Amino acid sequence: MTAVTLRNIWKEYGDNVVLERIDLDVEPHSFVALVGPSGCGKSTLLRMLMSAEVPTRGEILIEGEPLPADPTAERGVVFQRYSVFPHLTVEENVLLGLELQTSRLSCKLFGGAKRTAMDQARSMLEEVGLGHALKQYPSALSGGMQQRLAIAQALIMRPKVLLLDEPFGALDPGIRAEIHVLMRRLWQETKMTVFMVTHDLSEAFHLGTRVIALEKDRTRPEELERYGAVIKHDLDVWPPKLSDLEAHETVDSEATDDI
Amino acid sequence: MRQRLINRRPERRVGVFLAALPFVLLLIAYSLGSDARLAENPSDKLLPSFSSIGDAIERMAFTENKRTGEILLWVDTSASLIRFVSGLLIATLVGGFFGIITGLLPYMRASLGTFFSVLSVIPPLAILPILFIVLGLGETSKIALIVLGIAPFIIRDMILRVEEIPSELMVKAQTLGASTWQIAWRVVVPQMLPRLIDALRLSLGAAWLFLIAAEAIASQSGLGYRIFLMRRYLSMDVILPYVAWITFLAFFIDWCLLKLQQKAFPWFAASRSG
Repeated sequence: MTAVTLRNIWKEYGDNVVLERIDLDVEPHSFVALVGPSGCGKSTLLRMLMSAEVPTRGEILIEGEPLPADPTAERGVVFQRYSVFPHLTVEENVLLGLELQTSRLSCKLFGGAKRTAMDQARSMLEEVGLGHALKQYPSALSGGMQQRLAIAQALIMRPKVLLLDEPFGALDPGIRAEIHVLMRRLWQETKMTVFMVTHDLSEAFHLGTRVIALEKDRTRPEELERYGAVIKHDLDVWPPKLSDLEAHETVDSEATDDI
Repeated sequence: MRQRLINRRPERRVGVFLAALPFVLLLIAYSLGSDARLAENPSDKLLPSFSSIGDAIERMAFTENKRTGEILLWVDTSASLIRFVSGLLIATLVGGFFGIITGLLPYMRASLGTFFSVLSVIPPLAILPILFIVLGLGETSKIALIVLGIAPFIIRDMILRVEEIPSELMVKAQTLGASTWQIAWRVVVPQMLPRLIDALRLSLGAAWLFLIAAEAIASQSGLGYRIFLMRRYLSMDVILPYVAWITFLAFFIDWCLLKLQQKAFPWFAASRSG
């Protein structure tokens, strides 16, 4: 259960202001969907949350503490592409996080520790529906399976915050509906706080408990560079989708609509 | 409508025929030229007949030297291959190591990046005299020439390949709690090994060039030494099979590296095409 606070965040690249005056208080166990037109800086905001970029001004707090300068294990990520390691099998991809945690130098586990970690990785992969593909390399997986793997790989670290950068944007509608159900269930079970960038409004309202729309205030050509995007809309999705049962019902009905 | 030329592909058997065709044509052209010259002057040395080349092969590759009891081709081949393989191994280790840490660590790139760029434009043959002076005329200077000749290329290639790793993967590794050392060891090195083989394959030609050059200038054995020795006697009947043998060795080593890459890194071909 992790609260995230953004205080007056600005992001500028040289003279180009991308984001300005971003103030946000996110409740623990929220599912925040970030939407907006292309280039509005929603991915930049997410990259700042994962410490891959530094805000020009302002601060980001996680549970009241300033964000570390490097990406950390408490903030998991799933990107649209390049989320999994091509040189590791499905099983090894999920195992990697556990190995890195426990074995700082050799990065490999042996004996009992290895078996425990392996069981953990396998049950996580069962959870996301990849129990049958343990020995395959990611290149042999479909797009949907790769994203399931990326989710499993991130969640094995038990992150407090999960950051999703258009994770389902490249998937077919049917596959996307299935993975939405999975995502919702995992979010309920783990109680983590999720930020998801998406360009799909229905996805945003479907999964999110809160939808943040970023957009530039000023759109005259000569102003475009000097004014960044701000939070244009901040919508609580009602009713809050906190009940597991209810969540499954709505998703199932909409999933069949999609197909 | 007829298919466009870019879409028409030969069947398998036609493909084999087409692949063999240039070689066959070359042999036919050679034998015609050789016959014509020998008809005019039976002691012509420029284009020896296939039978005198056969005799030379018999002499060099299958007959023991009366004085030393050695078979010259094998002595030359083993001398050359030892130099060649040592040079390649050292260059690969040095190139892989410096390439990867320079590509990975901004501080290393800041200090060594320009240095390696400058190093790589020094013509290696220009420093061969320095190597001979400093290291003597023995094996060391020849191996050093190969290393200095190809290591800078491997380093620069590795730097580029490391920089090509998607930044998403580097962030992902960090969100799995990886330290710099762990990222290097579990993410970067395993992804670089097959690319290191690629870089090595591309530098094979240059490595042969430096080996033959070093052997031609100062050596008592080796394939390059033999060719340049035979040049004094215009012994084309020995030089031609030696060149063919070197070509075969070069081709074979390249093929072995390709097979090693496919066997050891099954994920690589698939991930590259995707």
